[in-house]
Amino acid sequence: MRPGATARLAGAGMGLDLPLILKEAGLTALVVFALALPLFGFRTVDSAGGLDVAYRFDWVAAAVAVAFVGRALLVAMRTLGGAQRARPGEGLLARAGRAFYRHTTWIGAAAVAFAVLLPLLPFADRYVIDIASYFLIYVMLGWGLNVVVGLAGLLDLGYVAFYAVGAYSYALASLHLGLSFWWSLPLAGALAAGFGILLGFPVLRLRGDYLAIVTLGFGEIIRIILVNWYSFTNGPNGISGIARPSFFGLAFSRSPGPGEVAFHEFFGLDYAPVHRIAFLYYLILGLALVTNLFTLRIRRLPVGRAWEALREDEIACRSLGLNPTNIKLSAFAIGAMFAGFAGSFFATRQGFISPESFTFIESALILSIVVLGGMGSQIGVVIAAFAIVVLPEWFREFQQYRMLVFGAAMVMIMVWRPRGLIAHRDPTVRLHAGGEAGR
Amino acid sequence: MMLSVTGVHTFYGHIEALKGVDLEVGAGEVVTLIGANGAGKTTLLMTVCGNPQAAQGRIVFDGEDITRLSTYEIVRRGIAHAPEGRRIFPRMSVIENLQLGATIGQPEDFADDLERVFLLFPILKERREQRGGTLSGGEQQMLAIARALMSRPRLLLLDEPSLGLAPMVVKHIFGVLRRINREAGTTVFLVEQNAFHALRLADRGYVMVNGAIAMTGTGRELMADPEIRRAYLEGGRRDRA
Repeated sequence: MRPGATARLAGAGMGLDLPLILKEAGLTALVVFALALPLFGFRTVDSAGGLDVAYRFDWVAAAVAVAFVGRALLVAMRTLGGAQRARPGEGLLARAGRAFYRHTTWIGAAAVAFAVLLPLLPFADRYVIDIASYFLIYVMLGWGLNVVVGLAGLLDLGYVAFYAVGAYSYALASLHLGLSFWWSLPLAGALAAGFGILLGFPVLRLRGDYLAIVTLGFGEIIRIILVNWYSFTNGPNGISGIARPSFFGLAFSRSPGPGEVAFHEFFGLDYAPVHRIAFLYYLILGLALVTNLFTLRIRRLPVGRAWEALREDEIACRSLGLNPTNIKLSAFAIGAMFAGFAGSFFATRQGFISPESFTFIESALILSIVVLGGMGSQIGVVIAAFAIVVLPEWFREFQQYRMLVFGAAMVMIMVWRPRGLIAHRDPTVRLHAGGEAGR
Repeated sequence: MMLSVTGVHTFYGHIEALKGVDLEVGAGEVVTLIGANGAGKTTLLMTVCGNPQAAQGRIVFDGEDITRLSTYEIVRRGIAHAPEGRRIFPRMSVIENLQLGATIGQPEDFADDLERVFLLFPILKERREQRGGTLSGGEQQMLAIARALMSRPRLLLLDEPSLGLAPMVVKHIFGVLRRINREAGTTVFLVEQNAFHALRLADRGYVMVNGAIAMTGTGRELMADPEIRRAYLEGGRRDRA
């Protein structure tokens, strides 16, 4: 609110200031009108003679009315509650947040227990488990990117490139070399980490926005190579028929090939397609948990501490004898490695990959998971991934409004939790009574 | 000589910030560099640390030419730097800040070193779990010095430790600096605008004007010099405000 307005409010003894409300609401309505006229007002429709323009001025009017009334109510509420309004950040969300991170250990343990038991629960049908493993891919990617963005503070907009490298590594290794999933996994991780270092070198001297632009470009370069290197990657047609992972050599198929034993035969079960889905679910759960434990552990080691120090202050880092080159490259490499693992899993889960799956929007999605969750917060990533990946899946009926809801949610987060859902940072070391540094 | 700077020129783009600086710091000494805002004091300290690197001239530490080394290599040779504006890690706890200070030290020395800096700055022990950003200005400065000491430096570079602090706190910090020098034998090179405290503490001092050394002498000599008194002690006190 402008200072003048506040002063007037105080003078009016907290009464309703009608002219102010009308002015604010009118201004908002005007902005909405300007936006809604081209977006809602005109619509191209197929007709006999080609395209025709249809007009939907009723929609425009509705949008303007909603904005006007909404803004008027907001201003009125603020006027009335002005004096008692708690300082920003002390709202319900903040208090809930504080209670939440006091118990993160328990909440985390409960979440893991729930995740392990999920496929056994009565409501867990094929669809639920499938969504859950899709969700866990993003949790894992979020945790991986959290190393780069959350811990080391390097804004990476091309993270999907490493995901793509991992996916193509497995797809091509299984296609040409006949490597199994378990052999390809370390290969994919190593290749992705190599690409991470490759990206790291040219951007060593860049920070902030400039770094973001170059990483964005890197992501696009990888995708464009995948599209155009037809002889190697099969271009936009992608690679299909990627081998499914086996359970220690036991295939998940109704009728295994000669000399093979199927999973259901070995364990004396009836064949059910859900076995494979559940196996894939446990696979990604395992991979994601490895990512999480690794990150939690490395935060307490010198390299993890150096990442966080780099995020806080690069100059101070240097003057303490830390080598920024190594810190940045290790962050890029390790973040990329986890994306590589996740990419392999993605390839084996889908059985088909194409450059379509690795567009910029994926990078943006993963980054928004990290930012929304609160940079550096592991549990925040889970919550944000749920909000960004699973909720839109549930609200499929909304169809075209999904993105609208998504955008609105983002704006609300920016207003109420500008530093992410879980902005709290746990110290990595505590001092015990004896003066001994522990943990 | 522990540190000798010979004919050093440093540029920021086209601007020549240091115009041929000669300066020496002997082992076990406290040497201060005073001068007005923008004289190039901080630039000299940063140049010793290799960021930016000197365009001309030589910087020798303990007989080794460090002019072309990068910052982290210089620090690993036994120079610690408490940079201008303190630059502690605000979201990290006091302990974590100190842990980062011990980056180049041996892990088994950590507990001893911690004990040592807590003896120098008992307030930091009380505040050990607190985030760096929530400390007061004076405590942050103490943390910056303590963090620098964690690497067991032979030469401690300090950039305006008195900046923005209450006189009582400044007095306390300078007292601790004296102890660090007397008891641990750490050589201290101190850049200051607060000429009064700096010259009282220092064995020797240099005065920098416009990117070059204008005068040098013992702390007592410089304090007695009428020109210094006028420029940095009496008039200076008003300028500093």
